[in-house]
Amino acid sequence: MTTTTLPGVRAAVRRTPAVRRRRLGPGKPIKFGAAIGPLLLLVIWSIGSATGWIDQRVLSAPWTVVSTAGELIADGRLQSNLWTSSQRALLGLGLGIVLGVVLALISGLSRLGEAVLDGPIQIKRAIPSLALLPLLILWLGIGESMKVVTILLGVFVPIYIHTHNGLRTIDSRYVELAQTVGLSQREFIRRVVLPGALPGFLLGLRFAVTGAWLSLVVVEQINATSGIGYMMELARTYGQTDIIIVGLVLYGALGLLSDAGVRLIQRRALSWRRTLAS
Amino acid sequence: MAPYAGLVTVQVRDLVRKYDDRAVLDGVDLEIAPGEFVALLGKSGSGKSTLLRALAGLDPEVVGSGELVVPQQVSVVFQDSRLLPWARVLDNVVLGLRGSEQRGRESLAEVGLAGREDAWPNELSGGEQQRVALARSLVREPELLLADEPFGALDALTRLKMHALLRKLCAAHQPAVLLVTHDVDEAIVLADRVIVLDAGRLVAEEVISLGLERSAVDPEFAAVRARLLDALGVTL
Ligand SMILES: Nc1ncnc2c1ncn2[C@@H]1O[C@H](COP(=O)(O)OP(=O)(O)OP(=O)(O)O)[C@@H](O)[C@H]1O
Ligand SMILES: [Mg+2]
Repeated sequence: MTTTTLPGVRAAVRRTPAVRRRRLGPGKPIKFGAAIGPLLLLVIWSIGSATGWIDQRVLSAPWTVVSTAGELIADGRLQSNLWTSSQRALLGLGLGIVLGVVLALISGLSRLGEAVLDGPIQIKRAIPSLALLPLLILWLGIGESMKVVTILLGVFVPIYIHTHNGLRTIDSRYVELAQTVGLSQREFIRRVVLPGALPGFLLGLRFAVTGAWLSLVVVEQINATSGIGYMMELARTYGQTDIIIVGLVLYGALGLLSDAGVRLIQRRALSWRRTLAS
Repeated sequence: MAPYAGLVTVQVRDLVRKYDDRAVLDGVDLEIAPGEFVALLGKSGSGKSTLLRALAGLDPEVVGSGELVVPQQVSVVFQDSRLLPWARVLDNVVLGLRGSEQRGRESLAEVGLAGREDAWPNELSGGEQQRVALARSLVREPELLLADEPFGALDALTRLKMHALLRKLCAAHQPAVLLVTHDVDEAIVLADRVIVLDAGRLVAEEVISLGLERSAVDPEFAAVRARLLDALGVTL
């Protein structure tokens, strides 16, 4: 294309300002966007501590926390408590996932199963698992099984709810397709039911992971003799805010890490989906 | 119908199908010979899909009576491509078939999608998705291919290409075909025989003897079209 510009008409020939269309999606993802907020908090905390604006007795300075963490690691207390806590959380999470998925499959694939299971689970859902703690302590004592069962009870409900919902909302057109290509019941479950329910399951998993850490915090501050929560409880009695903060940072880091892990699984497993986020 | 005389792939006798006591199909008789391409026309709500679904064995709970003989191997192409979004293209094609990857690849090549085996259905255009659905149907070597407005959601140009493709594939695989369509020209271009359903009964039949190159400007074509439109109750 050639453009001949006549002297006085120049302005008129100029390209009209490109019509900027408003994007409805959130736009391109920002690199390391998830780190911006936490870093900002850290900066404010550091400045506050350095200027004496934050009282050391109320909140220890970041560098104090770091050196305390160093000492805790050096004498091995941090590792052993972290190890105990992780074991509890993972065990409760693992068992809860299995229970939730199995119950969701039974109640999602058979009307009888749904009639029997769905009601009780909905009732359980209405009762916060932490409210069951007194009963669990009476039944199971204050040992490890009580802790794992409490975590399990907090985990299996979101897994069940979201997997079951995922199962039930599989498009009936795919069921029809499975019939016309003559899939067997097993193939139908493997090719249609499980992948169709996967997005629901993974959403449930995100809630479950968060729930597992939440339950962990509570059970570890009740009658525990090991674990991050115990370490923090002990620090409270001696007024050591730095140790409490080390514990908080640990809990936060574990929560964030596991959520990032689930999100990674989500992205891998659901790469077929085009969503607002991608 | 001389070349097919005596042989039947599909036999329907006095088929009645009812929804809440209302007969949607009211005594349909139909025979389709091996390799014969039949197009089914009819107004919206005349019962075309109901007939096709009866042949496909879908909705077994629908009330009805009559005699229905269909072959073992029946494939269905729906209006939507109905690909599983979580399975890659090749896995969709060979869905439920064991150890037939190679045949799946060949089938995809046949519909012009060689090289797209590992794409997600979401990444394909509407026409390409429908071609995958065709490959999925044909890789099963059906004796009967049922298609319910398979090109209904496609644009006019893509439709024309799909017509040519379908004719080529049917010539190669020789299934008997029952194609439901709204489009009279599509029916005449593709079919050996066009039947018209109205209020649950077959009311007209046109054997198309136009040869392979069918053009809408052919006066014979126009005459067939006029008769079919008349049967459909459209007055020009
Ligand atoms: N599941 C159902 N329950 C009740 N009535 C139904 C059901 N399915 C179809 N019908 C009725 O049966 C009649 C025929 O429907 P059908 O889908 O066979 O029509 P069609 O010829 O395929 O129409 P179209 O060209 O619009 O697809 C319609 O009146 C419809 O309302
Ligand atoms: Mg229909």
